[in-house]
Amino acid sequence: MTNIPLEHVYALACILFTIGLVGVIIRKNTLFILMALEVMLNAVGIAFIGAGSYWQQADGQIMFILILTLAAAEVAVGLALLIRMQRQVKDVDIDALSRMKG
Amino acid sequence: MTIATYFYLAALIAIVASISVVLSKKAVYALLYLVLSLLAVAVCFYLLGAPFAAGLEVIVYAGAILVLFVFAMMMFGLTHDETQYNPDHRGKLMWFGPTLLSSLLLLLLLNVIFNAEMHEKLTSHIVTPQQVGALLYGPYLLAVELASFLLLAGLIASYHYAKPDVIGEKYD
Repeated sequence: MTNIPLEHVYALACILFTIGLVGVIIRKNTLFILMALEVMLNAVGIAFIGAGSYWQQADGQIMFILILTLAAAEVAVGLALLIRMQRQVKDVDIDALSRMKG
Repeated sequence: MTIATYFYLAALIAIVASISVVLSKKAVYALLYLVLSLLAVAVCFYLLGAPFAAGLEVIVYAGAILVLFVFAMMMFGLTHDETQYNPDHRGKLMWFGPTLLSSLLLLLLLNVIFNAEMHEKLTSHIVTPQQVGALLYGPYLLAVELASFLLLAGLIASYHYAKPDVIGEKYD
């Protein structure tokens, strides 16, 4: 157990998650939205690692590894979609895809 | 300085870098700030007693995933629409933020490495990679298999989305 309180680790995770969420909301460029999503996933990882180190269990790190694979798959698919979008609508603005609304 | 102080400093760097990711105008600068944020978070992991996770963070996040971003940005000129509304050069101001933050992080790392007393404190409460590995291939084996399926699905989906269109017989 470290001398860092668990609440402070959670506070860091929450702050980073909120920053990422704000980025997803305020940005129109799809690349920036993907980056902000990375920040959010990373914040979740901090929460898991903090909890794992507080109770001295390895489970937190295992959840972090699973989040890592999730982030890798998400970025691969997201960037492929971005490339597709660039080719098809010649734009990376997320509003260019508003044709999909019903 | 105690471990907690180092942790708060690294956390501060991570927060400032993340805010810069969200607010910066150019995609390349946002990406550099994202690397910095991930490295600062890796320092946090190390100080929390998870050196294995810190290594993975640097290798997989700051290494592999960010390289994907760089490739996508360079190959497809995604920065174009962001840059044309900006003034051409903001001079030294552009360099100041990232340089200051990353040198702070470097100082922090060097301090942790060369401080023998801190070394002792850090190694006393570590969750070792052996523990993680034993759990990963024990009770969590199914999760590892599912993660591998997820990666395979991501690979196939990204290939499918990014491959060239087939028009008639010719590849466009």
